Amino acid sequence: MAFDLAFIWAGVIAFAVLAYVIADGFDLGIGILFPLLKQKHDRDVAMNSIAPVWDGNETWLVLGGGGLYAAFPLAYAIVLPALYAPLIAMLLGLVFRGVAFEFRWRTERGRFLWDWAFAGGSTVVALCQGIALGAFIQGIKVSGRAYAGGWFDWLTPFSLVTGVALVVGYALLGATWLTMKTTGELREEARRFAFASGIGTVALIGIVSLWTPFLNPIFMSRWFAFPAIVYTLPVPLAVAGAAAALFGGLRAGRDVQPFAAALGLFVLSYIGLGISLYPEIVPPGITIWQAAAPDKSLAFLLIGALILVPVIIGYMAHAYWVFRGKVDVSAGYHD
Amino acid sequence: MTEFLDALVLARLQFAFTMACHIVFPAFSIGLASYLAVLEGLWLLTGRDVYLQVFKYWLRIFALVFGMGVVSGIVMSYQFGTNWSVYADKTGAVIGPLMGYEVLTAFFLEAGFLGIMLFGVRRVGRRLHFAATLLVAIGTLFSAFWILSANSWMQTPAGYAVNAAGQFVPDDWWKVVFNPSFPYRLVHMVLACYLTTAFAVGGVGAWHLLRAPANAGARVMYSMALWMAALVAPVQLLAGDQHGLNTFAYQPAKVAAMEGDFETREGAPLILLGVPDADAATTRYAVEIPRLGSLILTHEWNGEVRGLKAWPRSEWPNVTILFFCFRIMVGLGFAMIGLGLWSLWHRWRGSLFAAPWLQRAAVAMGPAGFAALLAGWLVTETGRQPYTVYGLLRTADSVSPLGAPAVAGSVAAFVIVYFAVFGAGLFYLLRMAGKAPQPEEAEPQAGIPTRTAGITPAPALEPHPAAGLSS
Repeated sequence: MAFDLAFIWAGVIAFAVLAYVIADGFDLGIGILFPLLKQKHDRDVAMNSIAPVWDGNETWLVLGGGGLYAAFPLAYAIVLPALYAPLIAMLLGLVFRGVAFEFRWRTERGRFLWDWAFAGGSTVVALCQGIALGAFIQGIKVSGRAYAGGWFDWLTPFSLVTGVALVVGYALLGATWLTMKTTGELREEARRFAFASGIGTVALIGIVSLWTPFLNPIFMSRWFAFPAIVYTLPVPLAVAGAAAALFGGLRAGRDVQPFAAALGLFVLSYIGLGISLYPEIVPPGITIWQAAAPDKSLAFLLIGALILVPVIIGYMAHAYWVFRGKVDVSAGYHD
Repeated sequence: MTEFLDALVLARLQFAFTMACHIVFPAFSIGLASYLAVLEGLWLLTGRDVYLQVFKYWLRIFALVFGMGVVSGIVMSYQFGTNWSVYADKTGAVIGPLMGYEVLTAFFLEAGFLGIMLFGVRRVGRRLHFAATLLVAIGTLFSAFWILSANSWMQTPAGYAVNAAGQFVPDDWWKVVFNPSFPYRLVHMVLACYLTTAFAVGGVGAWHLLRAPANAGARVMYSMALWMAALVAPVQLLAGDQHGLNTFAYQPAKVAAMEGDFETREGAPLILLGVPDADAATTRYAVEIPRLGSLILTHEWNGEVRGLKAWPRSEWPNVTILFFCFRIMVGLGFAMIGLGLWSLWHRWRGSLFAAPWLQRAAVAMGPAGFAALLAGWLVTETGRQPYTVYGLLRTADSVSPLGAPAVAGSVAAFVIVYFAVFGAGLFYLLRMAGKAPQPEEAEPQAGIPTRTAGITPAPALEPHPAAGLSS
């Protein structure tokens, strides 16, 4: 392991992707749960609870994609065509969902249409990201410097399972977010969703975790060979701990604990993924150093990123701080 | 082989379509951001409320336009990889950081100042609010700076080396960023954004003046827009000419196609109209002015202008598209200058607001900037063909290894979704512009999520003693 520019950039992009998954995850989760909320008033409250922050959450997706293009052009050039169909569907889902936020308030007659655009778009985005993740973990066929597989290689039983897993997982983030941010009947409903999606999420994490090492012998050795197992064993134990905190918090009716525990599940799964993959950026076989742009490029953009990204994080933290606590339901928020 | 060609054509079609849908939004927001800064500055300077009224009117439209620009822009940032993966691999080390700076600039701006600009008039005081508006305007120009630098590098690559893997790598960042065509393109494009906005604003103002001739807000829009037409449109003619000379120096085949010149001649004529026929390598029904072509391009009566036949056919761009789009752009440019002169005449006679035919012409010219912008963009990008990086990387060698059916499917999906989404957006925009400016213009409503509120719109929704959520 060398602490060089490629390593730093891998860290920056890994951070951007994680920030994206947990931040956009809960607001996509609201979209996934949207059709299950029967009252129009509840839907309004749910949407308002994410209105101030969702756009910033999506920022990380663009930073992650743009960063990958600049820092690891070879990885960007191989992975994106390999995941063509799910990525295009994801982008279209994001378009629908993004404009629904705004258009929904500009029409009475057409509101139900934009409600469906919001729910459908969010679900498609989550499903496609999960499928893309599964296809990525499974490995991408490469010949020379290009993707060499077919355009349906992404569709496998494993990728479908990861697709469903991400929909359920985002729903859990959304449900625990609502539990934290709302009161009354909506909160009770969200707690029930959180229980159901929590059980589903933990089960699916288990299935995917047990399945992954069998996809590739290298994954197996990174997890189970000695001495690696000394470092890797705490991860599943921590997952069990986070699951206990989730269900315990939900049962005790706590506000913040279930959401924090759900975030913990995501962070731990992400760390687990990192253990399987590092130092590869395109599994199997292409490492971050093979895919990295020359130092001159990495250094040039790093200057800007080191100045601007902390400022952006600061502003976002401020936004979350300002909107902490419960959404005020009694206020005529949208009249 | 034919299937591969189809996939290439489809990928180009998809990029052109999604880019054409995207480019109009940032162009309009760049222009509107500067216009809003001028309006607020005038309000602070003169204290006339009508400027604030017009400011608020266009602020709401700016919010929607900017939002649609962000949504359509996310697609663009991924399309280089999905559809142009070989290009991405080869250029990422050079173009990637330029686009990275564009993204960082845009987000820095969104995070910091958009929220204040949109919702903060009563919150932060006039001076600070004006500062935020100015920063947003400057920020949009910075975004334009970086994205046009990247675009110009594709047209006139400089400051690079090629490594063992065949990738372009940066050698001298200064030369990369300030590559030969960049300054000309930047000036030409920013002026185009300003003119596009001016004619849209002038068209809306004229539309309302025709119905309510005394409307003060509409008068301000109309008068300011026509000043822009009178002053900036001629400047754009000069900037365009300089940009053309730069293109003639670095991409002479592009200029030959724009002019419809197939033969290399000394003392070449300027072809005004005609129908270029690439197969026969001639421009039919040409209406030409002798020697003017050489005079414009070489500043000599007998200067040599190379025709397309000087290059093998495999180097030719699509002559028909270039020839006609160039004439649409230039024609609209002269129409803009004409409208500006016409308005000067009425201004001098003191009949600016009592000239219904001028107002009707201004309404008709409302979309002219958008049309000229798209035509000009088609000229420069189609003229870069058959290369993505001019002279170095062919378009056919840039495309992702995808099957034609996969790309055909995504093209169809983009067309359907974009027409639905941006069609609805255009409808809401026109409905907003159809309402006449009122003395008491509302600000963007606090509490309603507005995409442009930026990524941290805290000022928009933050409870405040004067205008809190629960009030």
